[in-house]
Amino acid sequence: MLGSGVIQGLLVTARNALGSLRGDPGRHVTVEYPEKRAEIPAAFRSFPFLVTDGTGADDGLRCVACKMCESECPAQCLYVVMDRDEKGKPAKRPKVFDLDISVCMGCGICTEVCPFDSIKMDKVYEIAGRDRFHGFVLKKEQLAKTNSYYHQIRPEEAAEVDARLAEEKRLAEEKAKAAAAKAAAAAAAKAAGSQSAA
Amino acid sequence: MNTVADLFSENTGFREGDLLELSMGPHHPSTHGVFRMNVTLDGERVVRLKPVFGYLHRNHEKIAEGNSYLAAMPYTDRLDYLAGMTNNWAYAHAVEKLCGVEVPVRAEYLRVILAELTRIQNHACLCGFLVQDLGASGTPLMYAFREREKVLDLFEAISGSRMMGNFQRFGGCREDAKPEWLAAVAKLVAEFPSFLDEFEELLAGNEIILSRTQGIGVMKADQAVNAGVTGPVLRSTGVAHDLRKVDRYGVYSRFEFSVPVGAHGDTYDRYMVRLLECRESLKILAQALKDIPDGPVLDPKAKQKGLRPKAGEAYGRIEGPKGEIGFYLISDGGPNPYRFRIRPPSLINLTLLEDICLGQTLADAVAVLGSIDIVLGEVDR
Amino acid sequence: MNPEDAFLERLPLEARAVVLSLFPEVLRPWVAALLAVVSILAAFGLFFAFLTLLERKTLARIQNRPGPNRTGPGGVLQPFADAIKMITKEDIVPAAADKLLHFLAPVVLVAFSLLTFAVIPYGRTLVALDIDAGVLFFFAAGAGTELAIFMAGWSSRNKYALIAAMRALAQLISYELPLLLSFVPVILATGSLRPMTIVEAQGGWTWGVLPHWHVFTPWGAVGFAIFLVAALSESNRSPFDLPEAESELIAGHLTEYSGFKYALFFMAEYFGMTALAGLGVTLFLGGWQAPLPLLQFVPSYAWFGIKLLGVILLFMWVRGTTPRLRIDQLMRLAWKFLSPLALFNLGAAIFWVATDAWSFTGSVGVRWALCGVLVVVPFILIGRALSKGLGPRTYRLVP
Repeated sequence: MLGSGVIQGLLVTARNALGSLRGDPGRHVTVEYPEKRAEIPAAFRSFPFLVTDGTGADDGLRCVACKMCESECPAQCLYVVMDRDEKGKPAKRPKVFDLDISVCMGCGICTEVCPFDSIKMDKVYEIAGRDRFHGFVLKKEQLAKTNSYYHQIRPEEAAEVDARLAEEKRLAEEKAKAAAAKAAAAAAAKAAGSQSAA
Repeated sequence: MNTVADLFSENTGFREGDLLELSMGPHHPSTHGVFRMNVTLDGERVVRLKPVFGYLHRNHEKIAEGNSYLAAMPYTDRLDYLAGMTNNWAYAHAVEKLCGVEVPVRAEYLRVILAELTRIQNHACLCGFLVQDLGASGTPLMYAFREREKVLDLFEAISGSRMMGNFQRFGGCREDAKPEWLAAVAKLVAEFPSFLDEFEELLAGNEIILSRTQGIGVMKADQAVNAGVTGPVLRSTGVAHDLRKVDRYGVYSRFEFSVPVGAHGDTYDRYMVRLLECRESLKILAQALKDIPDGPVLDPKAKQKGLRPKAGEAYGRIEGPKGEIGFYLISDGGPNPYRFRIRPPSLINLTLLEDICLGQTLADAVAVLGSIDIVLGEVDR
Repeated sequence: MNPEDAFLERLPLEARAVVLSLFPEVLRPWVAALLAVVSILAAFGLFFAFLTLLERKTLARIQNRPGPNRTGPGGVLQPFADAIKMITKEDIVPAAADKLLHFLAPVVLVAFSLLTFAVIPYGRTLVALDIDAGVLFFFAAGAGTELAIFMAGWSSRNKYALIAAMRALAQLISYELPLLLSFVPVILATGSLRPMTIVEAQGGWTWGVLPHWHVFTPWGAVGFAIFLVAALSESNRSPFDLPEAESELIAGHLTEYSGFKYALFFMAEYFGMTALAGLGVTLFLGGWQAPLPLLQFVPSYAWFGIKLLGVILLFMWVRGTTPRLRIDQLMRLAWKFLSPLALFNLGAAIFWVATDAWSFTGSVGVRWALCGVLVVVPFILIGRALSKGLGPRTYRLVP
């Protein structure tokens, strides 16, 4: 009391000011942004992008336009339309895949619900525009990024996904092979049966 | 004939023109967002105070009723954006009750760790804001934010986002904590008391703080209980009500900690109770870090997308940093909640604002508002 | 060589002589006056500019930030960037405002706060207006700033500004009393209101090390402390920045000002602080006197500058630390604490002057002790009475 508390406070601030001037790591905490950057943790996420195994949006997108992300997106910022082939049958690729990043809240639920590992969270955070309404709706051409980019930003996760996809592919192939073998065997048996009947 | 002026002077004892009506907010530096207080002043003294809110209404409850259960999770981060992790937990808790999902023990420990980290960063922030409202030129706030950044770094490392974690899932947590992360938490727990000591040294004995906060904005215990006030604001009045002790949800019954309780219910008590709670939270964190078991953090069978709980209702509540945060859900068996209702601690603690501000000066009203600790995202939803 | 003959010490006088020799004899008194005005405006204009930078840097360091560092090396050009921004901003006058008063307020404020610079002795030979009642002139001029702040608050037709104006008026008038009482002992001891005489009276050293500054006497130390508190309040600085209490009143009397007028208010605030700090240096810290005989080779105006900067840094340090008082507490502090204490201090000073003739062994110690008792006892008693019921508390921990 009687001013001692204020003096005590003055000593604390003096200690902080001197520590900050000396560059004491606990008291000199500002990261001066454009020159230095804070380290981004591996889990950091900003906006989604589409993984492509080929080169671009029309070649090798993993997305099959199942609309799972669209239906679970909390902000409803995704718009997906499935493409159709020449005969008018649904082709398993998106005709339209729009993401409004001015609405997107970066929650990452789309990546969680995606059954095909085709949508992943990006790490870009320096996005700006001069216009409030245009340029923030990203088309699939802008969203498509290669698998190597994915490896670059999230090496561990991407390796895991690749391993899983390879495993799934192997299983599917084995299954297909087995099914083909079975079908061939069945056909052979059928042929044999018909022969014997004859 | 009774004119409005006559009625006014009859009711208040003031003549017309004696009083000054001041609309503080929604754009005001210290109403913590877009909150508005219509204050009637007699000189500097508050004669009437009408809180007005709703400027930040975002229709959260209705949006959640139109979305799937999972899609409501990121919205809960944005309720009280200082305490996203506890909001997540409260909502996950409600859905788990509704569906009868069990949570793995490691996930319960992880939730406790995240909730207590949230509590210390929220309280650190609040103490900084409060002293800022008392007129400090940013110094305590900056110190508090310096420490808060460290907690947010931890949140970012585990959930990918500093404030909008979207981390809890129905039946556990989204990601597991790596050993390095737990070591980083242990480091923070070891370092945080030195910040609390310094903060107390800076402010606790300061004569200006004492004279600005002691005996100001006194809330009585019965008043607080009748209004449904919870959290540190209730405990500052002398009622030892803490859901961590009352409900013993999660694994809180495994930890040794105590609940700091004030006796006066004034601004100073509300401030000190929070600082003391930080120390208790550190105790819980130390125990949780020591005891955290191995195992999964999310039951792989627990359904997240396309969840359709059986028809029924559930109310899940936990002790958030600001008080009881609860979610009331009614399911009609569909993919969306039939009714989604939030019990926001900020809003309910705010209801006593006028009662405790009357007779205080304008400057005190600002400090009292600061000491209640509101976040407008939660008040207006 | 005498310190007053050193080249650097004489430099301002020589420079003035050179400039004056360019003009005919008749005009010389006018040119001399104009030179004083221009050099004060230029020096303190620049000083103000860099003071804003210094304040921002100091506060930043206290808050563990680097502060402005983007304009020029280390941010030194920041004041000019601010100035350009302020000047090019739109000047908004509220439709309901009293336009004339709204315009006049910043002008009057700056004019009055500049007047106070006229009587402060910046160096051995540097004083713009060497008059006998210099200290009185200082306060007569300084009182005008209160009027200007009230004009600003009243003319804005804004409720925040109005409350701020009322607060400012009450606060500034209340704190004149302890401020004046705090240095009455100085006048008593030196027997003069002329700042130059007061500074000269503080020359010399005891045993060649201890300067005869007033702050090193018991009444001077207490007087300086009271002066600092009252000066903080007079210059509207934290913890007494009630007129522009941003957490309650947005920006107080400045709420409806923008652009260059806002900058003028800002400037006047810093001028007021600088002038009061300068007065404190003059009255208590030996003005332009060097602290040690060895250091007399440094020109006297540099010593004044260093001490001035020191006092201002102290103000900034306090600003970085304390929260704000409430208006009633502020008034209580002035009327019930500082003013009585200043009166007791005056009593101590009278005792000190009256016992000047004591010469027995240890007489200095006895005088110090008695003077100390005269001030410390009331300090503790009044302080206790005022802070009754306040204090740290213990809390119940329910397991």
